[in-house]
Amino acid sequence: MAAEAVLAVGALPPARRFALTRRLFRHRLFVTGLVLFGAMLFLALAADWIAPYSPMRMQFRARFRPPGGAFLFGTDNFGRDIFSRLCFGARLSLGIGFAVVVATGIIGTATGLLAGYFRRLDEWLMRVMDALMAFPAVMLALAIAAALGPSAANAVIALSVVYIPRTARIVRATVLVVREMDYVQAARAFGGRDLWIIWRHILPNSLAPLIVQLTFIFAYAVLAESILSFLGVGPPPPTPTWGNMIAEGKDYIREAWWIAMFPGLAIAITVLGLNMLGDGLRDVLDPRLKVQQG
Amino acid sequence: MTAPLLQARGLAKHFPVRRSLGGAPGTVKAVDGVDLDLAAGETLGLVGESGCGKTTLGRLVLRLIEPTGGKLLFDGTDLLTLPPERMRLMRRRMSIIFQDPVGSLDPRMSVADIIGEPLRIFSEGSRAERHARVADLLSRVGLRPEHAARFPHEFSGGQRQRIGIARALALSPAMVVCDEPVSALDVSIQAQIVNLLMDLQAEMGLAYLFVAHDLSVVRHIADRVAVMYLGRVVETAPKRVLFAAPKHPYTKALLAAVPVPNPRGAMPPVPLAGEIPSPLDPPSGCHFRTRCPLAIARCAEETPLLREVEADHRAACHLVT
Repeated sequence: MAAEAVLAVGALPPARRFALTRRLFRHRLFVTGLVLFGAMLFLALAADWIAPYSPMRMQFRARFRPPGGAFLFGTDNFGRDIFSRLCFGARLSLGIGFAVVVATGIIGTATGLLAGYFRRLDEWLMRVMDALMAFPAVMLALAIAAALGPSAANAVIALSVVYIPRTARIVRATVLVVREMDYVQAARAFGGRDLWIIWRHILPNSLAPLIVQLTFIFAYAVLAESILSFLGVGPPPPTPTWGNMIAEGKDYIREAWWIAMFPGLAIAITVLGLNMLGDGLRDVLDPRLKVQQG
Repeated sequence: MTAPLLQARGLAKHFPVRRSLGGAPGTVKAVDGVDLDLAAGETLGLVGESGCGKTTLGRLVLRLIEPTGGKLLFDGTDLLTLPPERMRLMRRRMSIIFQDPVGSLDPRMSVADIIGEPLRIFSEGSRAERHARVADLLSRVGLRPEHAARFPHEFSGGQRQRIGIARALALSPAMVVCDEPVSALDVSIQAQIVNLLMDLQAEMGLAYLFVAHDLSVVRHIADRVAVMYLGRVVETAPKRVLFAAPKHPYTKALLAAVPVPNPRGAMPPVPLAGEIPSPLDPPSGCHFRTRCPLAIARCAEETPLLREVEADHRAACHLVT
């Protein structure tokens, strides 16, 4: 199960946790998303056991094998097993996505809290965020990744820089609402210091929209990472990432469609699953934003 | 008479506002030069129409809103010149009860955490001592100790207000600002809460600054009453005197507007016409003159000062002698 969902449940009073979990598992969209994303997560976590071959092993007598037989999803131009590469690629792609979520979650939330709570910091913090948001997301990530050089860590840095402002905005907007609540005034009246108020009242009451946003950022990050890899500024080949696999397969798309097709499908399923998961979480955690029940 | 617990002199809060894009910046004088005395153990009722600044005044007294002018003495200490950390320590002795029983309790905290919050902020006692204190406070406000583990949404409005009261009393304060503590409650519950507040006052020697717009509630609980109109106090007197013999025309109109529970009795004439003027652009001189049946030319030229018209009875009107 996604770490975010656990966080979401932990953010609520214990008495409501049970009811909330039950509502989540009754939500069809959430469960579908959970199954799709869970399947991908399983591939990534269990890659060592379920992958029949090493992702790097080339078998030149078995190049361009179509799906089926000894190779579930076929082989590529070097005779590497696509399914094995897909599993290990999931590990890297989802790992990068998760690292981006953690980095944005921490830095974006801290920025949003500071900007929303200390109005004097607001102006210049948010202008910096606006400046970053002025660039199209993928262009900015591409530029940063290209400048830093192709590696998994640099992809995480590039994508975090892109998504931190978006997270900070959401958190700031929530904080602006929460800080005016009477219980925040009360904490101040009873002698609470700023740090106490932020930690005990503002943060716990600002989590719901943040968690929803982070699931979407996970999806975007997986997608954007593939774009970076495809364009050659992600982790360099022969490292198996989904983007690399598509990039290598695109030259043979007419003769051996399966090389690019399966990693593409994996990306689509992951992003779809995460979006459904996010929609479900939003419906349950933040009913004000609900448009219609899935 | 000994020095009062709380003494405000010329207390003011002017909010800067911009009327329109590029327009001249103006100010809303939400509270405009208010004098107030609150003795230890007494209840001062603060009444007025909505928008007259009584809630703002309540927040100013606690420095939850920073005043823009005036003096504020609490037990002889000037609060407004106090450095932040010393002001924070001063908050042990003052407290607040909010109007909204829903918004004033953090929905993610248990009742024990809510009531114990002031104790934890000041690191008062050990965990076990705090636990015992919370249980004691719960029983004092008429709730059961086992309620401590529950969450605010499991309670009714009246019960939540009791939780808010328990929190306000956690540090045994000397003064409590009650910001319309019963106006969001059902009438049947109002009486219970008002009586609870009075019992607790007798037990703990609390001073209440009781903000309300309901005159019957004020009549029940207050020792003295201050009437506000558009950011200024227009009359202040002991409760009995004020209700029996009001001096200021606004107070008279306010009292005349209280419905009489007699279906056969004639309806009193509508005492006041018109709306309260915009605080952005208050009338010159006496703020009340535009609605005052007795207004004379002098009222537009000269602002009447709050002056003693009888012993312990002050009014701000040129026509009162």
